[in-house]
Amino acid sequence: MSDRRPGIRPRASLVRRLDISARLAVPVASTALLLLLLSAPLGLPGQAELQVAVALCCVFFWSLFRPGSMPPPTVFLLGLLGDLLGYAPPGVGVLSLLIVQGVALRWRRQLVRQGFGVVWLAFLGIAFGAAALAWIVTSLLEFRLLPPAAAMFQAVLTAGLYPPLAVLLTHAHQTVAEPDHA
Amino acid sequence: MIRLSIPVRQALARLTLPVLIAVAFGLMLLGKADALLAERARMALADALSPIYSVLAEPVAHGRAAVAELETIISIYRDNAQLRAENERLLHWRDVALALDAENTRLKANLHWIPGPRASYVTARVVADAGGVYARAVLLSLGPNHGIVKGKVALDDRGLVGRVTEVGARSARVLLITDLNSRIPVILEHSRAHAMLVGTNGARPRLMYWPQGVRPEEGEPVVTSAEANLFPAGLPVGTVRYGAGHIAEVAPAARLDRLEMVRVFDYGTGGVTAPEAARQNLRIDGPR
Repeated sequence: MSDRRPGIRPRASLVRRLDISARLAVPVASTALLLLLLSAPLGLPGQAELQVAVALCCVFFWSLFRPGSMPPPTVFLLGLLGDLLGYAPPGVGVLSLLIVQGVALRWRRQLVRQGFGVVWLAFLGIAFGAAALAWIVTSLLEFRLLPPAAAMFQAVLTAGLYPPLAVLLTHAHQTVAEPDHA
Repeated sequence: MIRLSIPVRQALARLTLPVLIAVAFGLMLLGKADALLAERARMALADALSPIYSVLAEPVAHGRAAVAELETIISIYRDNAQLRAENERLLHWRDVALALDAENTRLKANLHWIPGPRASYVTARVVADAGGVYARAVLLSLGPNHGIVKGKVALDDRGLVGRVTEVGARSARVLLITDLNSRIPVILEHSRAHAMLVGTNGARPRLMYWPQGVRPEEGEPVVTSAEANLFPAGLPVGTVRYGAGHIAEVAPAARLDRLEMVRVFDYGTGGVTAPEAARQNLRIDGPR
């Protein structure tokens, strides 16, 4: 990232380059780690929904504030990981994560300048949209109408998880994931 | 890395997302077409992750135990208060029972009450649910010279189980009160009305033939009646429950679905013996 800024600098040392790439990898790595952790038998209530919610929140946040560290292919892989860890038909999670990222990238210019409240409102819409999409696609794949209550729960959980997670991610964004701190 | 011009790179970057979305659709179709593939991929991933999970399992278990302990500590105060109240109530009932017992002995002494014969019993292990002729019957394993004869009463720790219907050298079969062929004279505790407990092969036998003007109450205890001299009076059978279609049934007090040990009592009651017993007697007496 910092290499693309104008100005003449000495070539970074190996350690520094490693540090920078590690910081660049924090968003994807932390999301994958969270997904893996949440698939462990922790016995939390609604753990499967929590996993999906965490993936949505992280992908949205990093796509909005650090899109360079959350490129679409890695989002695809994260979705695949979530799908294989969860019980939904494979591809549904991938699709919703990619669409969330697409929407986040499209709204990026407007949203980044806004305060937290507006971002959360936008995410509210995205959470409900993603839950509805997953519900429709799964219903189509199963050839039957699934109960919408589960999708509703998913949407509410996702929207409610965003503020606490955003606090953590913002902190990470300014510290461990910041390449300029290397 | 291949050097690309900036417009081409931008075009590629813009294309990535749509292409990946298309791939996601393809993935869905693939998963639908070959469900086994997805299952295999899931299993492979789970296999790879299972060492991590097993390492995680211990701290997770510790955490859960700590939470459970905390919950117990929080509820100790409430439990203590509850137990104190319950203890007080029970002490009161103990006093009542002792007073009644004393009164009972006094009254019996005044009435020249002849006490019933003391029941002797043997305890046997239930070895099989094998029905034989009956749908609801259990087989008891007994040693030789067990001394059990037909018609004896089987109880578990909670209530009436059934009657001994067949006796072998080392085993006996007990017909449960839930069997279709079981008919047991009972008394409804509150109204003291006589009734018949009729097995249905279901979990709850039915109540039948209670006198007119009496209605078995929901939750009313049902005990055996000494009528026909089959059972001693007052063995706990169960409680009245109204099932589907408003039919009076009895939920057995005994845990008939998981019998392990059964006590077979000899109350010295003769009663009606099944016809097979008569045939055996004939065979024994025949050659003489």
